[in-house]
Amino acid sequence: MECLLPAALYVRITKPMQDAPFQIADRVYGSRLLVGTGKYKDFTETRAAIDASGAEIVTVAIRRVNIGQDAQAPSLLDYLPPSQFTYLPNTAGCYSADDAVRTLRLARELLDGHKLVKLEVLGDAHSLYPNVVETLRAAETLVKDGFDVMVYTSDDPIIAKQLEEIGCCAIMPLASLIGSGMGILNPWNLKLIIEQARVPVIVDAGVGTASDAAIAMELGCDGVLMNTAIAAAQQPVLMASAMRKGVEAGREAFLAGRMPRKLYSASPSSPTTGMIG
Amino acid sequence: MITITLNGETRQFDPDLNLAQLVDRLGHTGHRIAIERNGEIVPKRLHGETLLLAGDRLEIVVAVGGG
Repeated sequence: MECLLPAALYVRITKPMQDAPFQIADRVYGSRLLVGTGKYKDFTETRAAIDASGAEIVTVAIRRVNIGQDAQAPSLLDYLPPSQFTYLPNTAGCYSADDAVRTLRLARELLDGHKLVKLEVLGDAHSLYPNVVETLRAAETLVKDGFDVMVYTSDDPIIAKQLEEIGCCAIMPLASLIGSGMGILNPWNLKLIIEQARVPVIVDAGVGTASDAAIAMELGCDGVLMNTAIAAAQQPVLMASAMRKGVEAGREAFLAGRMPRKLYSASPSSPTTGMIG
Repeated sequence: MITITLNGETRQFDPDLNLAQLVDRLGHTGHRIAIERNGEIVPKRLHGETLLLAGDRLEIVVAVGGG
């Protein structure tokens, strides 16, 4: 006999589980992929890759204007209007809390009082490993100064907790070193950070390909931030699309809850009865 | 002429120039820039009334691609 389910139930079965909103500071975003805007061939490629990624939050760096060069040359802002994206000015290249704070105050002036920023204070030019002592100092100053601070840090859960207690609005541990593409090297530390955090945890740095992004999301990260993995791919626009899917797939897998790992199951997927012969 | 340091470079400009006029001379009027003068940010609304002085250290910055 045919068994018909109520229409509403079909909808519930076929639609993916409703995800919690991805909220950072006071805004909700549709995409859990955040992208950088550096290292692209030109601004056209930058824009195409970011469109393919579906990212709404884009990081930018703050640098001196080139005095004496063509002031009318196209700028990043022409291709990525701040009206269409949430700008996340960063402190890339800063090695002290003072430099980072100074840079972000300039960014706030540049972007008409914009409060959402990415803090990163580096400790070593060779590895680009974060200096967490200076990062903590800068975070305190910036939070007191009214910034919404998304903070790049090591995958040390104690430091992550301290940054959260200072009032950072997102904790962004590295998966591996900036620009390395080495993937998720210490999923256990990321897990510890995710389990204790009451603010979004976003893996920032180290992702190399779409499966890395998926793994980060399957661990329960709230989002992933990347630049080089897209910009340094052979085909950046195609990789941006892959990353979008990797993040979405990883998120859905996290929500779905994976099956337990077993060395073997002795439980075949096909019926053991009704065999011929 | 007065001598200032602009983005780390020694430069000479006419005296009595304000920051808005300086930005115009550099071709950046209408662009999104921010200015720091002797370590203090000068808000946009004050550019027109802030005079360059000899020995000033200026930083003028923009947003560029970065990760």
